[in-house]
Amino acid sequence: MTKVSRESGHVEARGVALAFGRRQIFRGLDCRFAEGRISVLMGGSGTGKSTLLRMIGGLQVPDEGSLQVAGQELVGLDEAQLKAVRGRLGMLFQNGALLDSMSVFENVALPLREHTHLSETEIAERVHGRLSAVGLSDIDELLPGELSGGMLRRAALARAIVMEPEILLCDEPFSGLDPPNVSRIEALLTHLNRDRGLTVIITSHHMATSLRMAHRILLLRNLGCVDGSPAQLASSRDSAIREFLGQDGAEYLAHHGHELEGAEG
Amino acid sequence: MRRGLSNLGAATLRQIEELGRMIRFGGRIVMAAGRPPFRWRSFMAAVYDSGLLSVALICAAGLTVGFVLGLQLYNTLVRFGAEDSLGTAVGLSLIRELGPVLTGLLVTGRAGSAITAEIGAMRTGQQLDGLRMMAIDPIHFVVMPRAMAVFFVLPLLSALFVALGIFGAYLMGVEVLGLDGGTYLASLEAAVEFDTDVLQSLVKSVVFGVLLALIATWRGYSCEPHSAGVSRATTSTVVTASIAILLADYLLTALWSL
Repeated sequence: MTKVSRESGHVEARGVALAFGRRQIFRGLDCRFAEGRISVLMGGSGTGKSTLLRMIGGLQVPDEGSLQVAGQELVGLDEAQLKAVRGRLGMLFQNGALLDSMSVFENVALPLREHTHLSETEIAERVHGRLSAVGLSDIDELLPGELSGGMLRRAALARAIVMEPEILLCDEPFSGLDPPNVSRIEALLTHLNRDRGLTVIITSHHMATSLRMAHRILLLRNLGCVDGSPAQLASSRDSAIREFLGQDGAEYLAHHGHELEGAEG
Repeated sequence: MRRGLSNLGAATLRQIEELGRMIRFGGRIVMAAGRPPFRWRSFMAAVYDSGLLSVALICAAGLTVGFVLGLQLYNTLVRFGAEDSLGTAVGLSLIRELGPVLTGLLVTGRAGSAITAEIGAMRTGQQLDGLRMMAIDPIHFVVMPRAMAVFFVLPLLSALFVALGIFGAYLMGVEVLGLDGGTYLASLEAAVEFDTDVLQSLVKSVVFGVLLALIATWRGYSCEPHSAGVSRATTSTVVTASIAILLADYLLTALWSL
């Protein structure tokens, strides 16, 4: 059932297996996330979308298989070696994961203070630039506990991109956002991908947005995955895939069906 | 019977593994402490939380214990006509035993449990993972300053406890029960020796500080990432650290007596 793209992989999983106790999450998972592309991980609850992101970040070690990020094999690396790989990654966690004892400004400035020699003025400039890009202003002194869920997620996204990573991992970036902010984050991620060549890997249940912005969609199911362009998946003969994509998939196909002619696979 | 023994063996092995992991974690804290930059801001904040905010508790407990010791020991000693030795009895029991042990137990309940809960909540809220993803070592950033703060404040709090205890016993013995103040202080000064008594007290409080710092941070760092896990880890810190302190006190006292 597993089908992988032929594009060069910035992130590649081969033969990955993982179980939590007796619950098998992946078995023989092969997938590839192309460099400079936006890939959206989809699948029902409990299919392992967030877990796969955590594995790419080296936070979860697979039981079997290989996981390569930017040509570097992650399996077998210790924490010190993983630090070098993580320096190339940015990650937005589902709950934001901001440090709740630090203000929003300090949270976003933290990686800059830890890993660069920028002056405080330059740090402030860059932090405010990222906060403004995600639609936040005048919240420097607020603590994460004083933000709404959507603001928290946007502040966390600002922190994830402040170091200009090569690969951005976003766990449900649109969840809890109002429509204008969904559009803002979609535009920001698309801009980062298009103008800076950022590889973006997103997990999302936001079907219409995912279909619109994704270069490839990876649908996790049956302990493995199926992947393809949005048009390819929307036109799949597999009724389960069409059912998962729902009305949004059908509408997408109606508008983008012609892309199938030049598409691979 | 065989099944019971098998379960006991498995449980023992798990505890030994856990101890091994905790010791390795302690090694990582020591390595982190030697790796620049030293987190002075976090360290001072942790000293404030674990130390300064414990001062009122330590003062109250030290004074109270001093009152009780003064009262009990005076009433006992007076039966043998030895009430002049009140300073000796109070000083030695506080400096050698009660000061470091009771301070260790009180700081365990107040600051140790708070450290476990705080680190545990950070683990549950993925804040430690968030630090890892920013290529920041959570042991260096979060654990080390808190562990160092406990290690640093425990001897100071123990000294404060001892001083307040001696003062409390003085108030009780001299001001309330009518013992001569000069006699109390002279017997205290004559009995207490730096090389044995004060040094023993210092060594104990340092060892208790190490034990509490290690147990409190490890329990938080390794707790199950949900609210019940944090709750269990906090309870475990109080129980484990208290037993470890009492056990270490016995061992150190026995070693010192050799």
